[in-house]
Amino acid sequence: MDGLVTKAGGWLGLALLAFVMAALAVDAPFSAHMIIVALACLAMLWATISRADYGALARGVLKMPANQGVYDDDPIRWGVIATLFWGIAGMAAGLYIALQLAFPALNLNLEYTTFGRLRPLHTSAVIFAFGGNALIATSFYVVQRTCRARLAFPNLARFVFWGYQLFIVLAATGYLMGVTEAKEYAEPEWYVDLWLTIVWVAYLTVFVGTIVKRREPHIYVANWFYLSFIVTIAMLHIVNNLSIPASFLGSKSYAAFAGVQDALTQWWYGHNAVGFFLTAGFLAMMYYFVPKQAERPVYSYRLSIIHFWSLIFLYIWAGPHHLHYTALPDWAQTLGMVFSVILWMPSWGGMINGLMTLNGAWDKIRTDPIIRMMVMALAFYGMSTFEGPMMSIKWVNSMSHYTDWTIGHVHSGALGWNGMITFACVYYLVPRLWGRQRLYSLRMVNWHFWLATVGIVFYAASMWVAGIMQGLMWREYGADGYLVYSFAESVAAMHPMYLIRAAGGAMYLAGFLIMIVNVWATLAGRVRTEKPMTETPYNAAADRPLVPVPAE
Amino acid sequence: MSYDALRHFADSWGLLAMALLFLTLIAWPFRPSARARNQEAANMIFKDDEHG
Repeated sequence: MDGLVTKAGGWLGLALLAFVMAALAVDAPFSAHMIIVALACLAMLWATISRADYGALARGVLKMPANQGVYDDDPIRWGVIATLFWGIAGMAAGLYIALQLAFPALNLNLEYTTFGRLRPLHTSAVIFAFGGNALIATSFYVVQRTCRARLAFPNLARFVFWGYQLFIVLAATGYLMGVTEAKEYAEPEWYVDLWLTIVWVAYLTVFVGTIVKRREPHIYVANWFYLSFIVTIAMLHIVNNLSIPASFLGSKSYAAFAGVQDALTQWWYGHNAVGFFLTAGFLAMMYYFVPKQAERPVYSYRLSIIHFWSLIFLYIWAGPHHLHYTALPDWAQTLGMVFSVILWMPSWGGMINGLMTLNGAWDKIRTDPIIRMMVMALAFYGMSTFEGPMMSIKWVNSMSHYTDWTIGHVHSGALGWNGMITFACVYYLVPRLWGRQRLYSLRMVNWHFWLATVGIVFYAASMWVAGIMQGLMWREYGADGYLVYSFAESVAAMHPMYLIRAAGGAMYLAGFLIMIVNVWATLAGRVRTEKPMTETPYNAAADRPLVPVPAE
Repeated sequence: MSYDALRHFADSWGLLAMALLFLTLIAWPFRPSARARNQEAANMIFKDDEHG
């Protein structure tokens, strides 16, 4: 009882503290954020004093299996649902801002719905909310299975899940209210950054704790990738967000670095966020789920280790390619370019390793739509890791930089590689986590696959055309030495490409909505009666050796 | 240590140490006795049926 009173008192005290900070806040957004924090504390207070078993209630509502099993899977089930929920939000926001570029009136003439505020909402929702929840959920799944140990610190694992959701809510509402550090992919302000640091250290503790108590002598390579993702993101997040708040009761801070140092720190962060969040973390998924779904071991375990160490040693130097032809010293730009080009090799080594895992079972691409998604994800990993080094070459970059080619490149990686591998992993996980015989429908997975693939092709192809056109228009000089086109003319010329891009995004979102329906029905325990993916009926007449015909 | 000294250390001994460490880590799984261990590690994810 005393423990209960202490806990309840603690939550009440935190809620009151947050309310006091909301009242004393020097700006309205900080006040709004403190009210959100206070409401979260009050929700925790209610959960504590009502003493209901909310875990059991959630298991009832979400139709989770009552049997807890060998492994601690509840946070993974929540993570899968959070992944899908934030996925809808992030992709819908992306489609909306794509349409805003084609039809600017869609900004509704409100400050909250301008492109500048919705764009970080989109990028953070898809990268950190959709991708981040997928990474946390799959890492907890994989680390338990490959270590044959239950999660260390189960309460801390639940804190990681809910703390991360609070981070997402604070970041997203902040963007809408105009709270930003103006650092790309690191927009949240100082107090949200501090909160994420606490959550991330808890995440590291749970993950490393589980590895330490493993019953398997070898640490499987997927865990190396997950661990490098967690450790590197912690380092990048802390260094890039070093800043001094203007007031401890306000939402504004100033970066510790200035000028070109600030720019280089930002892109050291930005590119390694791509390298360790969107690459290493998702490669960890690849190294576990592709072999599992293909039911054969990874093509070369040695190659996976080379892949790992090459990414670790090379990626960290590639950031300066974001700052070609800026105030950054020339040697630093060249260094970034050289390391980016070198990175091509280990990236393709990893892609080949993933694809060749199917060696001897290529028929699965035809019969198993989940394998098909994984193969397409690896193909896009290969494509974007070729395109990236190419665009980092100064000569190419002088035309591609600041154009929509960059946006196309990012999306062929994000939609093709990160999106597709996440979908495949969720399709793999859902029947297993909910103890279902199979997914509701495999044919719907197939629809999802084709909608997503064609959507990406529309997206990437229109942005290649748009980017090269922009780049060429911006640098076109007339005979008299003046620029031929004004900037507004290049914007007007983009309109058809923006429409095609929005159509591609709409197809991608439509495929995702089909996935939501499919997963929803699987959770409800329904199984669709449908024809199997392939029908190769036995034909006795055709099943005989060719009769050798003697030469005449 | 001044910036200049640090920079010269980085592009001489630092670079050499990093390159050697990298090559060692890359070569490690290729030693002859590692073959069986790699095989075992790659198949380890299939040992349990409890979707492990």
